[in-house]
Amino acid sequence: MENIIEAGDLKKTYKLPGEEINALKGISFNVKHSEFVAIMGPSGAGKTTLLNLIGGLDNLSSGGLKVLGNEFSRLKEKDLSRIRRKSIGFVFQDFLLIPSLTALENVEMAMYLAKTDVNRENAVNILKRVGLGHRLKHLPYELSGGEMQRVAIARALAISPKIILADEPTGNLDTKNSQNIFDLLKQLNEEEGLTVMMATHNTKLGYQSKRAILMRDGNIEEDQKITGD
Amino acid sequence: MKLLLLAYKNLNRKKIRSFLTIFGVAIAVAVLVILLGFSIGYNHSLTSDIDKMGYQVLITAKGCPYEAATLMLKGGGGLQYMPQDVYNKVVSDPRIDKLTPQLMQTVYDDQLQDGKGGFVLYMGVEKSYLELKPWSTFEAGNWFSSNNAEEVIMGYEAAELEQRTVGDKVLIPKLNKVLTVVGVFKRTGTQDDGVIFIPLKTAQKIFNLSDKLSGIGIKLKELGTLPDFEKDLYDVPSIQVVSMAQVKNTVLSLVSTTKTLITSIAIVAIFIAIIGVIDTILMSVFERTQEIGVMKAIGASKSDVFKLIWMETVLICTVGGIGGILIAIFGGSVVEHFVRKVLPYAPTGKLLFISPKLLLISLLGAIVLGLISGIYPALRASMMRPIEAIRSGE
Repeated sequence: MENIIEAGDLKKTYKLPGEEINALKGISFNVKHSEFVAIMGPSGAGKTTLLNLIGGLDNLSSGGLKVLGNEFSRLKEKDLSRIRRKSIGFVFQDFLLIPSLTALENVEMAMYLAKTDVNRENAVNILKRVGLGHRLKHLPYELSGGEMQRVAIARALAISPKIILADEPTGNLDTKNSQNIFDLLKQLNEEEGLTVMMATHNTKLGYQSKRAILMRDGNIEEDQKITGD
Repeated sequence: MKLLLLAYKNLNRKKIRSFLTIFGVAIAVAVLVILLGFSIGYNHSLTSDIDKMGYQVLITAKGCPYEAATLMLKGGGGLQYMPQDVYNKVVSDPRIDKLTPQLMQTVYDDQLQDGKGGFVLYMGVEKSYLELKPWSTFEAGNWFSSNNAEEVIMGYEAAELEQRTVGDKVLIPKLNKVLTVVGVFKRTGTQDDGVIFIPLKTAQKIFNLSDKLSGIGIKLKELGTLPDFEKDLYDVPSIQVVSMAQVKNTVLSLVSTTKTLITSIAIVAIFIAIIGVIDTILMSVFERTQEIGVMKAIGASKSDVFKLIWMETVLICTVGGIGGILIAIFGGSVVEHFVRKVLPYAPTGKLLFISPKLLLISLLGAIVLGLISGIYPALRASMMRPIEAIRSGE
């Protein structure tokens, strides 16, 4: 199966006054279409930096990064934004929903901003798909953490993405809700063929995925396929 | 439409802050509407007052031009007197279309206004007065029976105030002179409504001012001949020629100080409103840094973010503009009452003229204010890099 993400000697250096931080020190890996990859490792290992680069939110310092056939090192902000809005869905630890909009409006807003048709029926179906058919008109503060993260996942699905990048999606949730959210992402991966990359501290969840990349100090320490036993 | 909804909901999130900012804009717009309405209304009323004097030129005895201007608008003469010879001198001037001699006199009546006392204005006139003021028609009765009849015609308000009608008698206080009412004028909406008219000769006799006049009202055949006309009369001692255009300018210059003051207040109010709007929107942009970052991450372009923030600003200013217009409409009469008290001379008509056109211009002004104040915050928000914006909350 074709590679959807190809990283070769990928480096990211942050220049701060008086020092340089090498967040990624030259990592290489490929992700195939419909893979579910958990990226694990302690804080500061470079998980979020890696997801930001794949999502085109940040520029790489050197090396190569090909996402959906586009070489990111050669693209400008405008083109990266276009790829993001057409093909990449984001899920954040803090949910980051628009607080003044209802669950349904958050999903519709994502459709609008991605310049796709704002289709209410479609938005309702997506929310039903993530199990929130009964919470359409609720504002974020009226929802539990698990429900808010489901809205965030629905928002990511609004643009029919090819890749979902989830940065610590269960970081603010209790064990039960964490498992539920993970199961939802896994279901989307298995049933709809979405490629999912999920950064997590939660090793229990990480090892339930098909592949785990272990990072430490900006390097890949281990990249293992998980057979499920 | 989606962005407008979001802009509205964002403002609704911080209700008190949005309300206070909108209120600031409303006050600025109200001040602007009232100022412009006052400027238009005052000119309008003054011009109408002057047009209704019926003459373009007034010859009066020499005196303070400001006092003359004010007194003339209040009813006629400068209360200094000139010899009737002047009338005889100008009466045959070919440049004159119509003219009328006047003798103005005020008498203090301590019975007026329920015993508080006040001045009664008497004016000695000839029938030519009616030619210059064709709108002065009779509510009741008719013109004097002769040039020296012991009769009066009352202005509408004077008749109302003294409860007199045709056939009644009026007493001139102090002089103990009793005259008969032969006519009452209809309301004209000018200062003449408060005057009691007497035949010129009778007035000269009663007030012991024989062969004296306080003024001659003149309508020229062509206004262009005024400078020459004025020049020819320059050598006649103890008179001055005042054109109504001059009177208008004199009065306008008297109120221009007031207008400058209000203009400065309006400019300051608008400036404060702009700063208030920028401050509010900028604060809300900073508070929503992470949110804006996420919007950009999920596909919002720079122009989407710019439009959103711009819409919020324009929304504040539009609602503020509508609020200001309502304040101006409903609070205008209070301001008019106040302004009337402080002005040196207030015309009889409406001082505040708030037209739909003025309201529309003010609303558009408020929207432009929004467009201008929104530029910087909207630019700040649209330039945010999504990664940094999202990180700012960590």
